[in-house]
Amino acid sequence: MAPAPAFSTVLLVRTVVAWIVTLLLFFPLGWLVLTAFKTELQAISVPPLLFFTPTLDNFVEVERRSDYLLYAQNSLITSVVSTLLGLAIAAPAAYSMAFFRSKWTRDVLMWMLSTKMMPAVGALVPIYVLAQTAGLLDTRLVLIVVFTLSNLPIMVWMLYSSFREIPHEILEAARMDGATVWQEFRRVLLPLGMGGLFSTGLLCLVLAWNEAFWSLNLSAAKAGTLAALIASYSSPEGLFWAKLSCASFMAIAPIVVFGWFCQRQLVQGLTFGAVK
Amino acid sequence: MAFIELKGVEKFFGEQRAIKGIDLNIEKGEFVVFVGPSGCGKSTLLRLIAGLETVDGGSVHLDGRDITRLPSSKRDLAMVFQSYALYPHMSVYDNMSFALMLAKVNPAVIREKVEHVAKILNLEPYLKRTPKELSGGQRQRVAIGRAIVRSPKVFLFDEPLSNLDAALRGQTRVEIAKLHRELGATTIYVTHDQVEAMTLAHRVVVLRDGRVEQVGTPLEAYYRPNSQFVAQFIGTPQMNMVAGPDVAQFQSALSVPVPPGGYLGLRPESLTLSAPGGGQLQARVELVEALGAETLVYVSTARGTQLVARKNSTQNLPHVGDTVGVQIDATAAHLFDSKGQVVAPSAR
Repeated sequence: MAPAPAFSTVLLVRTVVAWIVTLLLFFPLGWLVLTAFKTELQAISVPPLLFFTPTLDNFVEVERRSDYLLYAQNSLITSVVSTLLGLAIAAPAAYSMAFFRSKWTRDVLMWMLSTKMMPAVGALVPIYVLAQTAGLLDTRLVLIVVFTLSNLPIMVWMLYSSFREIPHEILEAARMDGATVWQEFRRVLLPLGMGGLFSTGLLCLVLAWNEAFWSLNLSAAKAGTLAALIASYSSPEGLFWAKLSCASFMAIAPIVVFGWFCQRQLVQGLTFGAVK
Repeated sequence: MAFIELKGVEKFFGEQRAIKGIDLNIEKGEFVVFVGPSGCGKSTLLRLIAGLETVDGGSVHLDGRDITRLPSSKRDLAMVFQSYALYPHMSVYDNMSFALMLAKVNPAVIREKVEHVAKILNLEPYLKRTPKELSGGQRQRVAIGRAIVRSPKVFLFDEPLSNLDAALRGQTRVEIAKLHRELGATTIYVTHDQVEAMTLAHRVVVLRDGRVEQVGTPLEAYYRPNSQFVAQFIGTPQMNMVAGPDVAQFQSALSVPVPPGGYLGLRPESLTLSAPGGGQLQARVELVEALGAETLVYVSTARGTQLVARKNSTQNLPHVGDTVGVQIDATAAHLFDSKGQVVAPSAR
C-alpha cells in the first residue's frame, strides 16, 4: 500500500530541515578540521579554499612549540579522575535521595542545582585564594577538585533520575534476601543503574575535558589542560588560524572519538531503565 | 508465647497515623491473611513486620526475640512482592540462589536446593533464562521459589496474585495452598481479594483504617462478623444491609428487635424467593444474574429496599418485573447497633 502523499511531503520537509540544521551545526567544526590541514596563508585566503593540498606542518609546529602530550595527559588525568571521584560521591547521594526520600530531598536537590546558577566567575576569587594559600595553583589536584565539585550537582541529578527508574521493590527484595547496604548497592543497584552511571560519567567526562574557565585561571604551564593549549594559540602574536585550528582539532579529537565509540553503550544505557 | 507477636504497633506517615496500635499473635505454621479495602494499612503492616518500614510505636517479636529495630536483612523473613521484584540482570537460577549466596552457603548445597525448588515449581527448564524472558505466571513462581529456597522463618506475601489473569490467579492460589501444606511454614499473606482470604487462611485479620476489625477463621468472619464493616466486606455478593425505617418491614420475621438506628444484615443465601403472596414480604424483580451454578436475583421491596438473593439453581427463575414473595431465614439474620457493632450474632 502506498503511503498517503501528505505523509511523504511531511517526511521530506522534515528530512530537509534536519539536514540543514545538522549541516549548520557541523559547519564550524568541519571548517576547523579543514583549516587544521592548511598553511597559514591558505587559512586566511579570500575566497576561502575548499580544495587544497593538505599539510601536517601545523601538527608538527604545535607539538614543537607546546608540549601537546603534557596538556593531553593533564586533560586525561583531570577529567577521568574528577569523573570517577564525582561518581563515587554522587552515586551514594543519589541512592539515598532516590530510595530513602525525606521531606527535605526535593530542597536538597534544588539547592544543589542552584549552585550551578551562579556564574563561575563569582567564585573565582575565593577559590583562587584558597588554592593559592594551599599551594595548589597550577596543580592537577586543584583542577580535579574544582571539576568534581562543579560537576557534582549534575551528576547527583542525573543519577537520581536514573535510579528513580529502578523499582524500589527490587532493592527491598535484596534487603529481604539478607543483603547488607553495601551488597544491595554493589550487586543490585550498580548493575541495574549501570546505564545511568555510564551516561552520567560520559557526560561529566566531556564537561571536564572541555572545561576552560577554571583551567585557564588555576593552571599554567605545569597542569594546563588542552583548553589552555588552545587558548595559548589565540592571541599574543596575532591570530594564526591554521595553528589555532590545529590545536583545537587535537584538543577535541580524542573526546569526539571516545564519544563516538560510546554512542551505542550510551543509548543502551539510557534505555536500560525501560526494562520492567 | 506466640511465634510472631505485634504489641501496640503504630506507624505514622507524616501527620497521618496509618497503623493505629495493632496487637496480634501469630502461631508457628499458621497461614494468616491480612484483608481489607485499599488504604486500610494491610500492606503497611506487612512491611512493618518485614522491616521495610520503621515502627513508630509498639514492638514486633519473632520467635521470642524483639525484632522491632532489626534491619530486614537480619530478620530471616522472605517476601513475595506484588510486582515480583525479580533481579532483572540475573538468571532465574541466580535470582533463586541470591539469598543463599549472600549467606555464604556451600555452592553444592545451593545447587541442590535451587534444583529441588525448581522441580517443585516446574521451573527446571527456565533456570538459565532472565526474568524478562518469562511469562507473568512463571515470574511469579520464580518469586515464590526465591522465597522458598531459603527456608525462612516466615513467608510474607504482598498481594502476590493481583498481577495475574483470573485463570492463572486461581491456579496459583491452589499451588500456594498446596505449598503451605507441604512446607508448613508460617505465612502472612496480604490481599484485597476475599476469595484468596477465604480459601487460603487459617485465620483472617480484617483491617480497616489502620485498626484490626476482626480476627478469626474465614468462616467465623463470614458467619459471625463482629461488625457491619466485616459483614459487608466478607462475602460476594455483599451482605444485604437494611438500615433505619426500612427495618420495620422485616421486624415481624425476627425474634430479636433491631436496635434503634441499627442495621439488619442478611446474607443473600438466607433469602428465599417464592411465588407472589408467599414469604414475609413482597418484592419486584429488578435483575437476574444466572452465573451457572448459582443465580443472583436482585429485588426491590414496596418501600424501595434493595435486596439480593442467591439461588443454587438456574431452574424456575423469576423474570425481571415479576412480583415474588421473600422469605427471610430469621436464624441467619445479623443485627448491628447504630455504630455498626454486632448486637445479636446469627444463630448459625
